[in-house]
Amino acid sequence: MKKVKALILRTAGTNCDYETQAAFEMCSAVAERVHINSLIENKDKIFEYDILAFPGGFSYGDDIASGKVLANEIKNKLGDKIKKFSLSGKPVIGICNGFQVLVKMGLLPEPKLFEQVSTLSYNDSDKFECRWVYLKTEKKVKNESNCIWTKNLPDIITLPVAHGEGKFIPVNFKLLEELNKNNQIVFRYSTRNGAIPEYPLAPNGSVEQIAGICNTKGNIFGLMPHPERYMFALQHPAREGFDGEYGWGKIIFQNAVDFVK
Amino acid sequence: MKNKTSCRTIEILNLSDKELIDLSAKNVLSLSLDEMKSVQPYFRKLKRNPTDVEIETIAQTWSEHCKHKTLTGIIEYTEEKYSKKTKRTYNNLLKETVFKATMELNKKWCLSVFKDNAGIIEFDAKNGVAFKVETHNHPSALEPYGGSATGIGGVIRDILGVGLGAKPLANTDVFCFGNPDTKDSQVPEGMHHPKRIAKGVVAGVRDYGNRMGIPTVNGAVYFDDGYMANPLVYCGTMGIIPKNKIDKKVNSGDLILVVGGRTGRDGIHGATFSSIQLDQESDVSAVQIGNPIVEKKVLDTMLKARDLNLYRAVTDCGAGGLSSAIGELGEKTGAIVYLDKVPLKYDGLVPWEIWISEAQERMVFAVPPKNKKRIVELFKKENVEAVFVGEFTKDKKLTLKYNGHVVASMDMSFLHDGIPKPKRPAVCKIKEEKVQKPIKMTSADLSKTLKSALSDLNVCSKEWIIRQYDHEVQGQTIVKPLQGTDIEVSGPGDASVIFPYTSVNGTKKGVVLSNGLNPSYGKINTYKMAASAIEESLRNAVAVGADVEKMSLLDNFCWGNPNKPEILGSLVRAANACYDMSKAFDIPFISGKDSLHNEYSIGGKKYSIPPALLISAMGVIENAANTVTMPLKNDGNKIFVLGVTRNEIAGSVLAKIKNIKDGIVPVVYPKESKEVMKRIYKAINNGLIESCHDCSEGGLAVAISEMAFAGDKGVKVDIDAIRTKGKLSAAEILFSESNGRFIVEVIPENESKFREIFKSCVFAEVGCVTEDKYVIFESTKNKIKVKEKSRNLLKAWRNTISW
Repeated sequence: MKKVKALILRTAGTNCDYETQAAFEMCSAVAERVHINSLIENKDKIFEYDILAFPGGFSYGDDIASGKVLANEIKNKLGDKIKKFSLSGKPVIGICNGFQVLVKMGLLPEPKLFEQVSTLSYNDSDKFECRWVYLKTEKKVKNESNCIWTKNLPDIITLPVAHGEGKFIPVNFKLLEELNKNNQIVFRYSTRNGAIPEYPLAPNGSVEQIAGICNTKGNIFGLMPHPERYMFALQHPAREGFDGEYGWGKIIFQNAVDFVK
Repeated sequence: MKNKTSCRTIEILNLSDKELIDLSAKNVLSLSLDEMKSVQPYFRKLKRNPTDVEIETIAQTWSEHCKHKTLTGIIEYTEEKYSKKTKRTYNNLLKETVFKATMELNKKWCLSVFKDNAGIIEFDAKNGVAFKVETHNHPSALEPYGGSATGIGGVIRDILGVGLGAKPLANTDVFCFGNPDTKDSQVPEGMHHPKRIAKGVVAGVRDYGNRMGIPTVNGAVYFDDGYMANPLVYCGTMGIIPKNKIDKKVNSGDLILVVGGRTGRDGIHGATFSSIQLDQESDVSAVQIGNPIVEKKVLDTMLKARDLNLYRAVTDCGAGGLSSAIGELGEKTGAIVYLDKVPLKYDGLVPWEIWISEAQERMVFAVPPKNKKRIVELFKKENVEAVFVGEFTKDKKLTLKYNGHVVASMDMSFLHDGIPKPKRPAVCKIKEEKVQKPIKMTSADLSKTLKSALSDLNVCSKEWIIRQYDHEVQGQTIVKPLQGTDIEVSGPGDASVIFPYTSVNGTKKGVVLSNGLNPSYGKINTYKMAASAIEESLRNAVAVGADVEKMSLLDNFCWGNPNKPEILGSLVRAANACYDMSKAFDIPFISGKDSLHNEYSIGGKKYSIPPALLISAMGVIENAANTVTMPLKNDGNKIFVLGVTRNEIAGSVLAKIKNIKDGIVPVVYPKESKEVMKRIYKAINNGLIESCHDCSEGGLAVAISEMAFAGDKGVKVDIDAIRTKGKLSAAEILFSESNGRFIVEVIPENESKFREIFKSCVFAEVGCVTEDKYVIFESTKNKIKVKEKSRNLLKAWRNTISW
């Protein structure tokens, strides 16, 4: 059987590319770390892949604002290709800095729009925060979210966050309503029981505790927490895992690989 | 500027002694009269005066920072104990102590020790792990943010520059600051407030370390007013390197390639300025300016070049800049450098500035001519600047040219071996220690003291710092610096473990990192301080599951002015402790660094810092999954204390809180504690230990409380059951800081197997884990009962530092 291929796009300051590669490999995909310069040299190379991942880090030092420089570079030099890839329905994920890039490029919340309508701004604590949090996964009464990445997750999961600019803010109330209506808000910071948390369990002050969103079609997923850092139980602070072995990240990456298959 | 030679001749041939000294001082050369007088005859022989480039090159190469001339010089040591004097002469202190122990132990798993930019030990059949810790004290005093950022940036480059380059896996940081609550009026004029220094230093490490994508996983902070004007900033990096990339060799004819950052006027005289005391006139331009993304790009690309075998040697540009880096690589061959080819940040630098600038993020490579094109292309692909600036020759001379003119020409042998050996006297009067009057305290007083101890600056939670560091990037930090059974509670982990699954496919092994530091013992006895720091670093590692037979140590001496015999004497004592402990524990030192002249002047009066020996420990764990954390796990489990509690209160947290002057500083009993350590490893690997915590600052009371609140549990402890040597009061038992002790949690079913393993050691069952979430210490003998809510103790521990 053909192996699923994931492209992990990196540039100066990317730093979660190895563990993101490892995460896809643990889900039996082939994952390649590709520098943006080489993709710009050969733009159609992107279509050789089934999954596109924007890993965490500090792209270009997060100068100006987190993810902004890389977002502009991608939009200017690879815009058409990225848009085409995204609209084709193939899985796309942006983690932490990658989420910031997706949002600032405008691929989220809607790739058809391809325009920045939300942002990830400085944490309310005004500090970089590295800690584990509870996340409430989207479970709508009427209809399940379309998000292909978050299927089969329980109501509450734990993942680590590590960021200084993670406060999600949509451009207006209308957009927030739409995100809610379309079940695009797939992760919210929560207490262990699913209640609305305070700092530090709400690590950044996001509007409506938003930690991760997807597009309406459900193939593009952006989140501040790091699923690639919780692939196996040993990575958990108390060594917890499902089936005694795996972390919640395993389900997330496996979802995308299975979707392609 | 560019069309001129821009180089001056410095008159020295006919200078008097006084004029030589003035010249050295005026130009921040930090060369002594003896040294200046060794320079004079060399140039007399050449029948010419040196150029400014040559004089500056000599000053950098001979600087304390690069040459460690105090500790490699002759030391005439006198020790006075009970008015009995003994004398000994050291021709090279570290070679005769720290290094000697390593040579004598001769471990075959030590792959590279004391010769490269970091020490390397074996990880597995194919890989080694490298560890280095550096200090960046003076820059951090002047410019806390830039000073600490370039401190971490510099030590990361040490790891990139060890062998043919290692991949960094983790950073460590240890700081000593003045009391952050100091009143503004008490801060010496011209110095930053200690809280400002602390915040700036943390921010510097945070921004550089996080951007490099290297988790900062282990550290310590120590507060003492002795560090008010001269903070200490230790930064460490651990990395992994294939065994076949450990050796480097420069061949004549290899090209010199400078890669990474451009050269600017920042960091001029950093190396020489580190040998001068700080005062309000100190020059901030000696501090470098960092840009982590430039260094990250170098890291991303150079390891590719390494794996393609495109270069033969590499080293980093640290203190002394190109002068040190190229001088070191070309020591055996000779080198010619065209200074006008060095890429600059801006115009206007004269040749000597280009040559000694400590601008950051630069690495120097020795490249065989056949790889010239390939290596530059590789760097260019990811926008990394790489420029050839010269070549290694076979004339054993250093030749520098600028716009076609020779601006320096000296023999490598003079540069590296021409420095005269200084001779310094050192004395140490060993203070007599006597047991304090028995410390009697009521239950209420003990409760209050427990909370004071937990909230003491040197015990309290450093969460405010730790969470600003991305300590989990790379996803390999499987024993974390803050540990809790639940994500809402936490306690201080003893050590961190990195499980390098993304670098070594299919590995089961882990790398443990820990440290030991206790300057308060050093104020009384530097031998015991050093011994205790060594043992503490080992205890910390063993507590999470390290194999004590696979540990290695790093030493970092930060001392005051070595020209004062009693200060140098206290260092000799500490170095002797390193030798003794290394031998007794059978654990080698693999690398080290010293920072002397940590002295500052206020209103004309000079102060030296309290001596601080940081011991950093690294070890390889056979099975990374067989590691444990410190939070208590389950109600009904039994609590054991391993090791003997002695009446050792001097230098303790209790002594500080209660202002107790007398007392004995904790002694190390290597044989006794190594036996315990070996057995803990065995017990952990047999699955017999649920949680384990080392007992250090604040003694048993603090350690047991930490385990309880980190596990969100209660614990009931019988003070009378704790094994002591001699008769101790309840307060002494709870707060003594005796070495060699651990607290462990054992499931009742495992008790007999556990007892069997430890049967030849001193230990006792002292209590159990309870569900009521109260921490209770009880003594029926002394009619004492301390009872506190676990969550309240957590609060006391957490609230001190939340800025």
